[in-house]
Amino acid sequence: MTVAEYDRVPERVDSGYESALAHSLEETWETKPGLYGWISTVDHKEIGVRYLVTAFAFLVAGGVEALIMRVQLARPNQNLVAPETYNELFSLHGITMIFLYALPILSGFSNYLFPLVLGSRDMAFPRLNAFSYWIYLASGLFMYGSILATAVPNDGWYNFAPYSLRQFNPGLNMDFYALGMIFLGISTTVGSANFVVTFLRMRAPGMSINRVPILTWGTTTISVGNLLAVPAVSLAFLFLWTDRQFGTHFYTPESGGHPLLWQHLFWIYAHPWVYVVVLPAMGMVSDALPFFCRRPLVGYVAVVLGTITTMTLGFGVWLHHMFATGIPFLALAFFSGASFVITIPSAVAVLSWVATIWTGRPVTTAAFHFFAGFIALFVIGGVSGVMTASVPSDLQLTETYFIVAHIHYVLIGINVFAVLGALHVWFPKMSGRMMSETLGKISFWIIFIGFNVAFLPMHLTGLWGMPRRIYTYPAGVGWDTLNMITSVGAFILAIGVIVYFANVVISLRSGRIAGPNPWDGPTLEWTTPSPPPPYNFPVIPQVASRHPLWESRLHDSVGESQWRRGMPLDKGKEALATTALDGLPDAILKMPEDSPAPFIVTLAMTAGFVGLLLQIWWLAGVGAAATLAGLLIWLWPERELAQRAEAAR
Amino acid sequence: MRCARPAPVLIVLSATSGRAFAAPPMSYLSSAGRMGDAIAPLTWGLLGVAIAVVVIISALVIVGILRRGRGGAVSDTPIGETRATSWIGIGVGLSTLVLIGLVVWTSLTMASIANPPSEPALTIEVRGHQWWWEFIYHGEKPNQIFETANEIHIPVGKPVRFAVTGMDVIHSFWVPSLGGKTETIPGQVNVTWLQADRPGVYRGECSEYCGEQHAHMALAVFADAPDSFEAWRQAQLRDAPAPASDQTRFGEQSFIQHCGACHTVRGSPAAGRVGPDLTHLMSRSTIAAGVLPNNPGYLSGWIADPQNIKPGCLMPDLAISGPDLASIRSFLLTLK
Repeated sequence: MTVAEYDRVPERVDSGYESALAHSLEETWETKPGLYGWISTVDHKEIGVRYLVTAFAFLVAGGVEALIMRVQLARPNQNLVAPETYNELFSLHGITMIFLYALPILSGFSNYLFPLVLGSRDMAFPRLNAFSYWIYLASGLFMYGSILATAVPNDGWYNFAPYSLRQFNPGLNMDFYALGMIFLGISTTVGSANFVVTFLRMRAPGMSINRVPILTWGTTTISVGNLLAVPAVSLAFLFLWTDRQFGTHFYTPESGGHPLLWQHLFWIYAHPWVYVVVLPAMGMVSDALPFFCRRPLVGYVAVVLGTITTMTLGFGVWLHHMFATGIPFLALAFFSGASFVITIPSAVAVLSWVATIWTGRPVTTAAFHFFAGFIALFVIGGVSGVMTASVPSDLQLTETYFIVAHIHYVLIGINVFAVLGALHVWFPKMSGRMMSETLGKISFWIIFIGFNVAFLPMHLTGLWGMPRRIYTYPAGVGWDTLNMITSVGAFILAIGVIVYFANVVISLRSGRIAGPNPWDGPTLEWTTPSPPPPYNFPVIPQVASRHPLWESRLHDSVGESQWRRGMPLDKGKEALATTALDGLPDAILKMPEDSPAPFIVTLAMTAGFVGLLLQIWWLAGVGAAATLAGLLIWLWPERELAQRAEAAR
Repeated sequence: MRCARPAPVLIVLSATSGRAFAAPPMSYLSSAGRMGDAIAPLTWGLLGVAIAVVVIISALVIVGILRRGRGGAVSDTPIGETRATSWIGIGVGLSTLVLIGLVVWTSLTMASIANPPSEPALTIEVRGHQWWWEFIYHGEKPNQIFETANEIHIPVGKPVRFAVTGMDVIHSFWVPSLGGKTETIPGQVNVTWLQADRPGVYRGECSEYCGEQHAHMALAVFADAPDSFEAWRQAQLRDAPAPASDQTRFGEQSFIQHCGACHTVRGSPAAGRVGPDLTHLMSRSTIAAGVLPNNPGYLSGWIADPQNIKPGCLMPDLAISGPDLASIRSFLLTLK
């Protein structure tokens, strides 16, 4: 594109949230009222909140499943639920927590925060963003539809073949899971692409790549990881589905396939996935812990490099889930070594947080409580992971309750605690009201105590040999008391979560008004009103340091950040593209209007997947045709979306 | 609604294991065998390092907060910055040294458990089934090969080779007090070894989820003195004796009719390959893969109503009449 084609170079203007410019931007960017507006909105904040609400709903569903299991396991030889029901419960619990809660909750925060912390008006692909949410919701409901069909997935979340094949598992159970995961993979993929492009191209001018908040590094890193890992699992599930429906032989040993193919394909995806569901959470802690330590994060560059290193090494350790499958020791030794090495970048993050606390002036808010608890639990989950890196010990530890304890320290410790703290931090931004500090601290202590009562003794349950995934166990093998303690702890944990959500509901109605920057935070989202208007920023901010709002106090910037003077970009829906590394203004982007297309394409795809599931082939065909038609309408070139304006450097 | 099931009783086994203290029977923190002896100290060492790291970091967090931390509002506290990046360098350096040590220890342990201390004289083929264990003792001549289920005997102080495979789905062969797990994977044979150094009975369980009754797939290893092992082996090699009474003769006929399609009793026409070999059923201490003690009462209950005791198991409820059941039982009681 030559300069001659650009129609203007925008001036920089002074403006605030009460100006005429702001009012005209409000009209341009606001979501239309009513059901149509609700379906077609592409506002990243709205989509982010939807992600959060949906993911929390799945967290509650998975929690209820867990509590039923804990009642069943509280004492030996119980018959509260039938064996098959128990097997379905632990499978659905794992699927829910790992796939439908853990990443989507982080996508919710990232969706909400990316444009705000990067100083942008929206994500790079707003409609794709809406699409990503709708597909997530549809695929989650699709998998939960298995309850209505009384054919809930029953082979655990890692779903080993051949038990997942039709010969042993004739119902629809596995088809729900296989198609549901392929479906969900679409959401993860498009969402990841969106985060990567937003990170690289939608930052405020001056926000060079060493000035972005760590959350965006975490999410971008895992998004690249997802783009590489999700194809493996989608393929694995597609193979599973064709083995089941059309008699292909990918996993059938009697006809030249191999059950271990499943394990390789699955873990090549699912081990990186563990980092996928923690790195953005670690990023949020790295960003928000400094608010409460009253100093910048110690070792920003080390933490960023650690984040990227973790993800990279995360692709080289999948075999440590397969130490007992008969692979020769020489091969295992490499993966064992890699599994030890991956500890180091995590240690960097922990040491950074500890140093930030030590050299700061910690203000012990409720959010800080969750973050401090998070660090302790992170370390427990980390060191128990190191134990499993050692092949000989892992031959004993694997598939016992030790691993169950480990994964819960990772997923609850590193994900849930970070999320609960992060919600305390950004809830005021989202709702305009503060969450109650008192209720927040009470909920923290109940959750922290309940969690540790439930899961710390579980390590011993595992060391005393209790295998995973057994629906009951005999008396007298030493597991009775430990299981009772765990069950009691699980219910304490549940009470804490109820108190936490009660705090959310109460604060939403009657919390103290937050104002733009209740935590005296340093980053761009705190320059906006709470909640931010649909256009986020009246003028595109100009950034001169990592901590625009702390510059006057830190004296570490070259020049001065500005958020009341900049490009207005008010000729329709516009956003600024900047260069990938330096964040120099590059082009003015014409952003798409709200559109029902993502929702309609999702409906069409849902119909298609239901057709595949029930083998109603005409329905699958109609769904595919409708999807194609919807995509054509969605992607039909629009003249007003052509990029015609250059940004001033 | 299913009625309550009788308590599974491999406790019987733990009570007879002859151990001085009451270590849980499935614990691998202590060991009674060569491979376990190599692994347990490593596990303890890793556990020690893990606990130390947790204590140190938690203490740093707590002290770091108490040192200067306080409540109140963030806006009352000024922002300040001191350089502290060297903390990370020191911490990472120390962690790396510890990790290198653990890698070396791991590698040495792997080398020591990769092969048995001497060439095993005995090979046992392990076949995982939904939801029981088939064991085939290899021998040099065909008449030295025999088959049993869910319980094995091995000579104490001698390494035994296990050739492990799955007959339907993936299971995992695991006797914690003797050593680590080996998955039984259909289409492939994994070879491992175990050696018991102290006589006793060691409980194992399937440790890879394998379906509805994964919870009820236990096994037991009896480590016997070499001469009593040999006596047991000779007994196992013999065919079942011909029924001696009318009742047991009638029982054998009933057994063949009702059970013979799935079960084998060597020396009788019953030669099914679906379920466990019952030739020496009464030499085992439990039935249904460790679920019930093997006595006449439980045996009758199991034959009459397996789906109530182990829902979903592949042994069907056959609606065997009372007299048939009684005679089948009296036949089975002869299978010593």
